[in-house]
Amino acid sequence: MKSVLPVMTVVGAVLLFWLVAVVPMNMHLVADQAQRDGVSVVPETPVERQAYSGIGLSLRNLHLVPRTYDFVRPRLPAPQQVAREMYATIFEKKITSKRSLVYHGWVTLAPTLLGFFIGTGLGILLAVGIVYSRVMDRSVMPWAIVSQTIPILALAPMVIVVLGAMGIQGLFPKSLIAAYLSFFPVVVGMVKGLRSPDAIQLDLLRTYHASNRQGFWALRLPASTPYLFASLKIGISASLIGTIVAELPTGAKAGFGARMLVGDQYGQPLVSWAALFAAALTAAALVGLFSVMERVTLRRMGMRTA
Amino acid sequence: MLTLDRNSADNTPKASAGAVISAEGLDLTFQTNDGPIHALKDVNLDIHAGDFVSFIGPSGCGKTTFLRVMADLEQPTGGSVTVNGVSPEDARKSRAYGYVFQAAGLYPWRTIGGNIRLPLEIMGVPKAEQADRVKRVLELVDLAGFERKFPWQLSGGMQQRASIARALSFDADILLMDEPFGALDEIVRDHLNEQLLKLWARTEKTIAFVTHSIPEAVYLSTKIVVMSPRPGRITDVIESTLPRERPLEIRDTPEFLEIAHRVREGLRAGHLDE
Repeated sequence: MKSVLPVMTVVGAVLLFWLVAVVPMNMHLVADQAQRDGVSVVPETPVERQAYSGIGLSLRNLHLVPRTYDFVRPRLPAPQQVAREMYATIFEKKITSKRSLVYHGWVTLAPTLLGFFIGTGLGILLAVGIVYSRVMDRSVMPWAIVSQTIPILALAPMVIVVLGAMGIQGLFPKSLIAAYLSFFPVVVGMVKGLRSPDAIQLDLLRTYHASNRQGFWALRLPASTPYLFASLKIGISASLIGTIVAELPTGAKAGFGARMLVGDQYGQPLVSWAALFAAALTAAALVGLFSVMERVTLRRMGMRTA
Repeated sequence: MLTLDRNSADNTPKASAGAVISAEGLDLTFQTNDGPIHALKDVNLDIHAGDFVSFIGPSGCGKTTFLRVMADLEQPTGGSVTVNGVSPEDARKSRAYGYVFQAAGLYPWRTIGGNIRLPLEIMGVPKAEQADRVKRVLELVDLAGFERKFPWQLSGGMQQRASIARALSFDADILLMDEPFGALDEIVRDHLNEQLLKLWARTEKTIAFVTHSIPEAVYLSTKIVVMSPRPGRITDVIESTLPRERPLEIRDTPEFLEIAHRVREGLRAGHLDE
């Protein structure tokens, strides 16, 4: 629980910065609207106001500050607006509704989890291959690294379109992108983990005339467990991002990615922001889940967690 | 006397003339980026059943390398070694020796009992017998009651004792020990040396022991092999005249000091050669 205070301090600082930023970010829009509503604004014409920065305009119109926190279509919504939108779309809508964030969350979460399992499985298999086979070490590892240099934003639409043309739609193409992003940290972490036993621990098995298989189960795999959990935590959040990226450019009708896009296109920033925060909270929850699993597993294995 | 019911149909014949380990004209050169390193040159030595042989010398004299060659952890580039009358590789495959490393090297996710069980699991010893053996070797190294503790819960000396128990658990006749007490403080070390001698007397094992402490070598050994570096070679082999029964106080007797003196002279002579 010692970690709560530092975390809350950072959250508080971010929130404070956000609260302050809301005023200048929205002031031009709020001033225009206030003028239409017959409230006095300095300076009086929108063209003149363009000459001012957001901060400058805010300082001349302090009486408009409260309005910036409650604007209908803000450039930067205030925290409580996002919170209200999230509450409304998470708790007040039926989860089968197309406007429910829970519904959209599941649409994104399902391919995330599927992709994560595919990516993790593939990553572990590749890592075992790389550690035990010199040929794979030389051939697979460079390609795994190259694969991560391709911008996922460029690749995702191609994959979706190509698979769509082949008649594969829905869950699987998104999972593929999620798997593509999550296998890499697992490969890197597991290769490092499987190679982490020191010379003495390895020589010891040799003096017992242990087989490779025995060495894997008795030494390499348990030694890699802490590395695996570190990789899983990176992998699951990468999976979620992969799924959202896969939803963005393809006109997906549901999912966090689709909500972000819809909010942007139809001038409903609150929809975008609510989806954004819901995605962040989902990622945090998934990472938190793995942290708990890590702690329980390592404790059961008798290893002290840092 | 303690015997851990070794299979009587053991297929490793004892070498003739009682030599358990025998090296003849042994050479080993490491190829490194800085050119070849002559780790062992023309090493000849016989170790007999029940011997306690210490290898002493400065760093780089090849004492650890020699031990690793016996264990088939390094390959010689010339000459021959036999362990139990067969090649080190065959000896290793028939699990002829237990090896104790410089560090305990316990697996942190296994309890002390689990670590000692490791070789037994790998060798396919039945479960019931595993438990039995773990119990016996833990008593042998004075760690009874620590079976369920994890390595980090034990002191360095206790961890090293656990690693000795692990090497004893499958009851090989030969024990190869590579500076097992090197990282421990003097008092713990004295205590463990005393225990090791008792253990050796009870189990009648053949022990090859690498050290760079003169008192340790003299106190423990029936035979002291003095080595010197560049190239790594044997410069003197001293047969100890001390009795097998050795209380710690024996280290103050003239006999002990005389042997220690000869070891020191041997080490110095090795250095003057350079």
